[in-house]
Amino acid sequence: MDTALLIEKFSLVVIVFLISLGVAAYSTYFERKLAAWIQDRIGPDRAGPFGLLQPIADGVKMFMKEDFIPKNSDKWLFIIGPGISMFTALITSTIIPWGPPIEIFGRQIELQIADFNIGILFIFGVVSIGVYGIMIGGWASNNKYSLFGAIRASSQMISYELAMGISLITIILLTGSLSLTDIVKSQHGMNWNIFYQPVCFLIFFICSLAETNRAPFDLAECESELVGGYHTEYSSMKLGLFLFAEYVSMFISSALMAILFFGGYNFPGMDYFDGNTLAILGVLAFFTKTFLFIFVFMWIRWTIPRFRFDQLMHLGWKTLIPAAIINMLITAIVIAFHKGWF
Amino acid sequence: MESFTNRKKVVSDKPMTFIEKLYLPAIFSGMMITMKHILTRKKTIKYPEEIRVFAPVYRGQHVLKRDEEGRENCTACGLCAVACPAEAITMVADERKRGEENLYREEKYASTYEINMLRCIFCGLCEEACPKEAIFLTDRIVPTEFERANFIYGKDKLVESMEDRIDISLRQNTGKRGAI
Repeated sequence: MDTALLIEKFSLVVIVFLISLGVAAYSTYFERKLAAWIQDRIGPDRAGPFGLLQPIADGVKMFMKEDFIPKNSDKWLFIIGPGISMFTALITSTIIPWGPPIEIFGRQIELQIADFNIGILFIFGVVSIGVYGIMIGGWASNNKYSLFGAIRASSQMISYELAMGISLITIILLTGSLSLTDIVKSQHGMNWNIFYQPVCFLIFFICSLAETNRAPFDLAECESELVGGYHTEYSSMKLGLFLFAEYVSMFISSALMAILFFGGYNFPGMDYFDGNTLAILGVLAFFTKTFLFIFVFMWIRWTIPRFRFDQLMHLGWKTLIPAAIINMLITAIVIAFHKGWF
Repeated sequence: MESFTNRKKVVSDKPMTFIEKLYLPAIFSGMMITMKHILTRKKTIKYPEEIRVFAPVYRGQHVLKRDEEGRENCTACGLCAVACPAEAITMVADERKRGEENLYREEKYASTYEINMLRCIFCGLCEEACPKEAIFLTDRIVPTEFERANFIYGKDKLVESMEDRIDISLRQNTGKRGAI
């Protein structure tokens, strides 16, 4: 491995890390703004122009708060919990292809930190670990509300991971590859997966909402029943990390949806461009799609009331999983016919 | 029984249709509603930069007027105190001495005049009762205090000073009473 590659990858890692955190920070701002607009208010507008410095003020506030660890809690697990949440939320961004290859200093640079050939499996693995942060945090708090939140989060994760996985199998069948790069490349131009698999997209979208613990599936933190759910006992930056991880994972899920169903960095008319122009436009297209999804996530959160726990289970096991399986089978049969296997 | 309004609604418990069970149409219509709210103009008034304009008939803190020569209009007849439904007004009448003609318009005046701003309901009946055009309600807000006693406003706070006369024309010209 030569030094140039090392520098290239390292700077890419730093940039992706900063972008993820920046987007997450500003989605907290935008979330508050959007919530305000939906409720006919103005929202934060005091810190800086249009309140743009609000995330910084929030961050400072979080750091200044007393960092409290309950006496009877499991201290190490209590500290590890938010760390795992944040870590898993961030590490998914390693395999996301952010744009077409860009050329700097005569080097062809792939805008992707690591191109695994089993990208989707990696995502699944990491996302499933994500629930451990919540579970460990809730368990270590030694508080019944936290425990309830943790149990809800884990059972929710189990029920929705299945439907999500099966809906993804459909995409894998369609593309014939587990690599995210190949999946994006197969959706060249306007040839997006959403036009072939709308049902699959719907299932995946609902599961993404559940995966990121966002309303209407935010039973794990359910303020009205469980005080704060798994982060009841948390304060200061540990709480900040939990809340922040939610926004990071929302960003990553939006990016994933853009990649899997809306063509990633592909946009109609991309054949007229090449080189760095294409790369920049591709990145722009990708981020536009991602931000659109973040907007939809928030829009849904401030529209739909929270599910009841049994409704959540009912939706997961009795509706989404059968729908995903049927969708997968039909796709498989159609593909088999198409390739003349019958 | 005959229904006088059309607000009565017959509740039905018929099972949901398949489309209703999908919930998706309902969710979409809900999201359209919130989208409409995103796009509407916000009615918020950003206070320190922008101050809400009071209605012309707003009834705020009272003023005891003086006439053009700076003499107090009030003659301590007590009609305002009688009219006051909250019994917030008290006064002590006194006789005008020789040499005080430049202070009080008529032979009788109020040596003390107190309004308890915590009792006052700002109904404006004192203003309507006053035959001498002495007391008026203005568009000023009664400021907050830490002590209850400070809310009992005496003549020092109520009587206007000649340097800083309180304009009451807007309220008077807009209401049903007509111009004074």
